[in-house]
Amino acid sequence: MQLALSEEQEMLRTMARDFLSDKLPKATVKEMEESEAGYSPELWKEMAGLGWMGLAFPEKYGGSGMSFLDLAILIEEMGGACLPGPYFSSVVLSGFTILDIGSEEQKAAYLPKIASGEKIFTLALTEAGASYDASGIETKASAEGDNYVISGTKLFVPDANVADYMLVVAKTDKGFTIFIVDARSAGISYTVLKTIAEDKLCEVVFDKVKVPKTNILGEPDKGWPEVEKIIQRGAAAKCSEMVGCIQKALDMTVEYAKDRKQYGRPIGSFQVIQHYCADMATDVDGTRLSAYKAAWMLSEGLPCTQEVAIAKAWAGEACQRVMALAHQIHGAIGVTIDHDLQYYTRRAKAAEVSFGDATFYREVVAREMGL
Amino acid sequence: MDFRLSEEQEKFRQEIRDFLKGEIKQGLWEPSCDAWIMGHDPEFTKRVSKKGWIGLTWPKEHGGQGRPYIDRLILTEEMLRYGAPAACHWFADRQIGGAIVHYGTDEQKKELLPMILRGEAYVGLGMSEPDAGSDLASLKTKATEDGDSYIIDGQKTWTSGGSHMNWIYLVARTDPDAPKHRGISEFFFRTDLAGINVVPIVDITGGVHFNEVFFENVRIPKTSLIGEKNKGFYQILNQLDYERSGMERLMANYPLFEALIKYTKETKRKGKPLSQDPLVRSKLAQLKIELEIGRLHMYRVAMVMDEGRAPNWESSMSKVYGTAFEQRLAGAAIEITGLYVQLSPQSKRVPIKGMAYHSYLSSKGYSLQAGSSEVLKNILALRKLELPSE
Ligand SMILES: Cc1cc2nc3c(=O)[nH]c(=O)nc-3n(C[C@H](O)[C@H](O)[C@H](O)COP(=O)(O)OP(=O)(O)OC[C@H]3O[C@@H](n4cnc5c(N)ncnc54)[C@H](O)[C@@H]3O)c2cc1C
Repeated sequence: MQLALSEEQEMLRTMARDFLSDKLPKATVKEMEESEAGYSPELWKEMAGLGWMGLAFPEKYGGSGMSFLDLAILIEEMGGACLPGPYFSSVVLSGFTILDIGSEEQKAAYLPKIASGEKIFTLALTEAGASYDASGIETKASAEGDNYVISGTKLFVPDANVADYMLVVAKTDKGFTIFIVDARSAGISYTVLKTIAEDKLCEVVFDKVKVPKTNILGEPDKGWPEVEKIIQRGAAAKCSEMVGCIQKALDMTVEYAKDRKQYGRPIGSFQVIQHYCADMATDVDGTRLSAYKAAWMLSEGLPCTQEVAIAKAWAGEACQRVMALAHQIHGAIGVTIDHDLQYYTRRAKAAEVSFGDATFYREVVAREMGL
Repeated sequence: MDFRLSEEQEKFRQEIRDFLKGEIKQGLWEPSCDAWIMGHDPEFTKRVSKKGWIGLTWPKEHGGQGRPYIDRLILTEEMLRYGAPAACHWFADRQIGGAIVHYGTDEQKKELLPMILRGEAYVGLGMSEPDAGSDLASLKTKATEDGDSYIIDGQKTWTSGGSHMNWIYLVARTDPDAPKHRGISEFFFRTDLAGINVVPIVDITGGVHFNEVFFENVRIPKTSLIGEKNKGFYQILNQLDYERSGMERLMANYPLFEALIKYTKETKRKGKPLSQDPLVRSKLAQLKIELEIGRLHMYRVAMVMDEGRAPNWESSMSKVYGTAFEQRLAGAAIEITGLYVQLSPQSKRVPIKGMAYHSYLSSKGYSLQAGSSEVLKNILALRKLELPSE
């Protein structure tokens, strides 16, 4: 057992941190949040040029053959920098799914395009029921000749406004099926929803959208276990993003506590403030250790239902505690829209509920415990 | 990064489990909470010593096995899982042996380490005094040089295992004129000497586990001094890092957790097992989540030690976290057992052997012993986060 990162992983982290701190001052984050697309195509290209989209895909699909754990390290940095845009959707949610269950033709057709950043993918899973279990899926796909016809409404679909393709989870005859759907197909319309993290979550309506049978990803009717894997990867990667987020919030808070003076001394010299910071650091480290463990297990291909559930349940609540204390220590300045802290506060809330919150995962853990 | 234990380590864990399960099966002892500090069983300690499980991490030249701290963590984790009565050797194995390896003279090593390895040193830790708790450096117990001896006068308190101890690790003032941190030394000596009087203190559970220890004109040989005279305070800080670092800061009441899970499966309310009540499930799952996060903290600390560093802020962090977890476990057990929690362990109809009752009371001390949570958070804030002290 050892917890240190490898030299390459340290390099990856440093490179990512330098690049993002250079390219992504908070003013730029704000511009991206306010833009219609929600990301910057130039930055997207640069990230692709650095090999980030294909980081964990095999070389034969235009990737660099690194691991999910390596990807987690990169995502942690993205979390620290508040990077907006469809990276998560395209790479974590979609790319990995295609890699996992796509046919050879599908992998060869799509993965290099994801890796090069040329095409953006996303996942259309959740619906009005707002849950991550199968009972929440009502969108239907019925076979008609060589096609399936998809009808229904998906909610909280990230980045549908810029996606070229969507992985759509729909009910079929005897189960659930995942389809690769061209986002420009006739019958698809979307509305961007206003969100707390200012990310582009969309309502996407599928009105008799025709999808060729060859676009089924994996096996028809047998899609749900894969959906669970998507959620699992999404949750694990979210945890890493959250680590980046709360580490940054802690760093900012400690810096502020050292600088800010009241009663003639830095507020960081007051014991209550010190203890708040100590509590934050403990939460951050617990989140990091469990996020790494989950990512490592996914990387190694080990069964990790319980570990991912623990990491995500913990991260969700730890993030809220950390952000609450970060705000308390920052005083009023921290609740202004011009202060950087709010970027983290908003993202922490979105991340807490995405891919399952603590209540959801506590039940998973309970089952894993044999209760 | 690699979270896997080696094959040998997994085997080692299994070996410990088999050993402990075998002991329980033979009826040699029953699993209980706090057994690492309250379960004094010299015969058990002898058997553990025979297995070679004392001094696991000490260098081979001193009779240890030179194994990594992770291995010891595995050992203690299993001891705590099964609530094994390991109190006789726990302190000596955890920190005193290591301190002697580190600071002792060759003669001291030759004399003392084999005794610890044989499981014959039941050590008390003589640090706290009535007026020296968190501020240990303000201690008053004196050690005065007199020819080949030191004369000890004063009082220690809260000495865990004091009624069973045959050796004491004592921190005393050797230079009353020096600034308070710089006039303290450490001693290790037998407790059957004239002038030592041990008075048990009944703790909140009704049990006797800590004691007052009075020293009146106690003559100890000069060779009892461990390390450098007047440098004792700095030595003890380092030892405290080890004292705080262990699994006993997370799993002292682990047998309660297992028992509680079993209890919820076997106990019906409104016709259904408690374990199917969503609130109960949620509470137990949350405990499991917190336990696993705690284990990661603990393993991190062991890894720091294996890197050759004293675990400093890391063990402060893990101890604060772990002891708070243990208190939440006790709290959840109480909520789940409801009205029954009022029944004391000796009572008719007490559930889970009174573990919830015991744990609720005993866990109050967890966040005080070996450094209160407040003091440990100070350490974390000042040393890791480098916040200003004024
Ligand atoms: C079960 C148990 C076993 C023990 N076993 C032993 C043993 O074997 N040997 C031994 O020597 N001692 C032992 N102790 C004593 C233990 O080390 C002390 O309890 C501990 O050092 C705290 O001292 P105190 O109890 O005098 O509390 P105090 O130091 O008086 O503290 C009281 C409160 O004030 C807070 N406080 C104190 N200083 C500060 C500060 N600077 N900043 C913020 N808050 C502060 C504390 O956190 C605490 O909340 C044991 C204690 C317990 C409960």
